[in-house]
Amino acid sequence: MTTKTTVIETAAGPAQPMVLNMGPQHPSTHGVLRVVLELDGEIVLTAKPDIGYLHTGIEKSCESKTYSQCITLTDRIDYLAPLSNNLGFCLAAEKLIGIEVPKRAQYIRVLLTELTRITSHLVWLGTHAIDLGAMTVFLYSFREREEIMKIYEYVSGQRMMTSYFRIGGLALEPPPDWLERVRRVIDALPGHIDEYETLLTQNRIWMARTKGVGNLSAEDAIALGVSGPLLRASGVAYDIRKAFPYSSYEDFDFNVQTQTAGDCYARYQVRVAEIRESIKIVRQAMDKITPEGPFRAEARGIIPPSREEMKTSIEGLIYHFKIFTEGFAPPPGEVYQCIESPRGELGVFMASDGSAKPYRVKFRTPSFVNLQSLPKLCEGRLIADVVACIGTTDIVLGEVDR
Amino acid sequence: MESQEIGKHAALQKLRDWDNQAVAEVIEFRGETTVVIPPQHLVRVAEYLVSEPSLRFTFLSDLTTVDRFPMELRFELNYHLLSIERGLRLRLLVRLQGAEPAVASVTGIWPTANWHERENFDLFGIRFHGHPDLRRILMPDEWEGHPLRKDYPVEGFR
Repeated sequence: MTTKTTVIETAAGPAQPMVLNMGPQHPSTHGVLRVVLELDGEIVLTAKPDIGYLHTGIEKSCESKTYSQCITLTDRIDYLAPLSNNLGFCLAAEKLIGIEVPKRAQYIRVLLTELTRITSHLVWLGTHAIDLGAMTVFLYSFREREEIMKIYEYVSGQRMMTSYFRIGGLALEPPPDWLERVRRVIDALPGHIDEYETLLTQNRIWMARTKGVGNLSAEDAIALGVSGPLLRASGVAYDIRKAFPYSSYEDFDFNVQTQTAGDCYARYQVRVAEIRESIKIVRQAMDKITPEGPFRAEARGIIPPSREEMKTSIEGLIYHFKIFTEGFAPPPGEVYQCIESPRGELGVFMASDGSAKPYRVKFRTPSFVNLQSLPKLCEGRLIADVVACIGTTDIVLGEVDR
Repeated sequence: MESQEIGKHAALQKLRDWDNQAVAEVIEFRGETTVVIPPQHLVRVAEYLVSEPSLRFTFLSDLTTVDRFPMELRFELNYHLLSIERGLRLRLLVRLQGAEPAVASVTGIWPTANWHERENFDLFGIRFHGHPDLRRILMPDEWEGHPLRKDYPVEGFR
């Protein structure tokens, strides 16, 4: 979009563009994002995101922890989708070690990460709507999110920082009747989504605020490395679950949701459609998960022995002790494992030097890369559109800064 | 992983046919292919991989560094490439020496590299020649040192 700076002669002399700080404390920047806006009246000439306010050095911390200890840190990268981060890290470690996770555990992982996608999209929908002045949706979507959080709590003991996926499988066997609870939530969800859609999809104010706002072409999206719903709303049918299936996604039947408009409204449509696809996947996973079966792989010295074995055999006790004190040492080498997190491509690059601690861990977080497209989205538009654009990129600042 | 398995050979053979000098070494690990590129060839190789119709690595997934201190060549830059059209992934590895590490910027080829290169400059102190705006990105502007280097302590005084 091209903009011309019009210099207007005023009584005080020629008018100059104004520089405005948006953030780091601003309710619609979803955390501590600072955007330096250069304005000509209400038109944004340039927008420069300034990040790093939430940098906690998670990658550096990982280097002084054992592989298993790192999992708790991954929860805190993207605190709206902790299980996706757990999964990315565990898959990378499993690839590095070279262990196969039992199918049952893989399906449970799929089910829970899809629930995570739903919660993440619900938070996005609610907060994005509140940014644009639609308060009601926020209250509804958080109500549904809470129901899913209760499932997390029931399964792992934690609402948010679950750390439920462990290297080789899961932390513990889920309670026997957990699938009943999932079913109850999932059966109610489609009706709720319809409710949100009646509030927004044909809403004239909503359409005026999002249609034709923040356009991103497919070429620009790829050049900027944008992934996830942003990329798919620009017409690129790229979904890692289909392109490079992991954790048995190839066993599931679902569609990659795309739109071609590439504006804020298209991103809204993609995310709502993705919630519906996730419900489909969760339903299939519920049928596939057997009531009995292993919830983690068997690998001596890497995966803790069962509670019973640890209590009854000296060998089991020794392994248990060694795993939790020394950890385990994967072979030297580097792996890159990516998953489709609710925000896009979450990649975990892991380098091992053959010791019990990762030599280097890098989290390629989708928010960090997607945020780079912000100037492209909002330059040449009104300040009010900046809010809409930040909203649709669906960034989590914890993930941007790590 | 199968698609990656087949894909890597395709890219590798093409690269070798195009210019054998540009491929210093090939590392295979866990079904992933890493091609070691001499630093002076990086931009040429990147341009080739993007424009070659059978490869089309138009998407730069990630750029990250591993510090092999005190070994020389100390820094390993990992470029993770993705071809959405062909369903391929490839990692380029560029090794740099410890004193004033610098390499040509690839922002002209993949605009997404802008922030990635700033991050590597910030946390590892690697300079990217031709980068439009090489500033710190995560750490404060007045910060001294590069925190992800191995000779930078995790805690205590610097």
